Amino acid sequence: MTLESIAGLYNYWVVIFLMMTGFYIVLARKNLIKSVIGLNIFQTSVFLLYITMGKVDHGTAPIVPPAIAAEQAHAAHGTTEAGHAAVGHAALEHAETAQGLAHDVAHNLADDAISHGSELAHASTEIIYSNPLPSVLMLTAIVVGIATTALALALVVRIREDYGTVDEERILELDRGE
Amino acid sequence: MNLIVFALLALLAITAVAIAKLRELWAVIMFTGIYSFLSASWMMILDAPDVAFTEAAVGAGISTVLMLSTMALTGKAEEIPRKKSLVPLFVVLVTGATLVYGTLDMPHFGSPNAPVQVYPDPSFVERSEADMHGLPNVVTALLASYRGYDTLGETTVVLTAGIAVLLILRRDDEEKDESAQLAGNKTS
Repeated sequence: MTLESIAGLYNYWVVIFLMMTGFYIVLARKNLIKSVIGLNIFQTSVFLLYITMGKVDHGTAPIVPPAIAAEQAHAAHGTTEAGHAAVGHAALEHAETAQGLAHDVAHNLADDAISHGSELAHASTEIIYSNPLPSVLMLTAIVVGIATTALALALVVRIREDYGTVDEERILELDRGE
Repeated sequence: MNLIVFALLALLAITAVAIAKLRELWAVIMFTGIYSFLSASWMMILDAPDVAFTEAAVGAGISTVLMLSTMALTGKAEEIPRKKSLVPLFVVLVTGATLVYGTLDMPHFGSPNAPVQVYPDPSFVERSEADMHGLPNVVTALLASYRGYDTLGETTVVLTAGIAVLLILRRDDEEKDESAQLAGNKTS
């Protein structure tokens, strides 16, 4: 067990600790509401497990900064327009003699614009985003989780109406007719 | 940065143990809210702000309210003294040890070569902007479009759960009589 693997794995261990705490509450506590809380803790630790796996070193949240998105779009349109304008302008001014020169200028301009554009694109790809997929799956799971929790609590209320208690063993005793 | 993470993780663990140890239901529910907020903070650090928002709103907000109202409806549970059993602790320790053994093979935290990052093809981030006409949030794009069927299924589950809750808690007169009779039989 090297220090490196401890640093790489401690997140999972914390998640397992939380998971087992929830499991213990479900097993050991006889109050039904307490059991639902235990299930909730277990559930949250599963969310944390997924989110932990989605994290990338030096990554950031998977949201493209608006500035970069706008620049990228602008650069993509800008290069072709600049090139066309330069060619048209030069061709009008020096119709015959400077044809070659104009071509060169236009070429240089276009080259510049292209390298500029690719620089921007490069800058934007250099941002490392964490994996968005676990986030999406857990968003769905959270909402489903609250739905099941609500259902479980409604059942607890109903059990209390019928049995007059929310204690697991007491309910079993009543069922056996003791 | 690391100090904040360690403090958060320690607080999470302490809160979980406090929830397991405490008997007073009111305090337990409050601690559950704190636990949800702490896990939302950790999700924020792990680059999942969308999940953190949802967890803070749903886990700490709605679920706490639901539990408090359940407690109000069922009343405080009476303390029934019973001898402590070591079986649950043993089961939990064995399961936990097995799971920890299972993690020894896992890709390390934050590793870019982990299977999670490589499969499926991680081109969502590159494609989503063009596909979604410049929508900056990739999580939203995934949730609503690429994995839209998941969300449809989720909506179905929520609707079903809502209908079930209404049916369970509905009180007709005859049903009430019946349940009162049943309760009378049970307690007598």
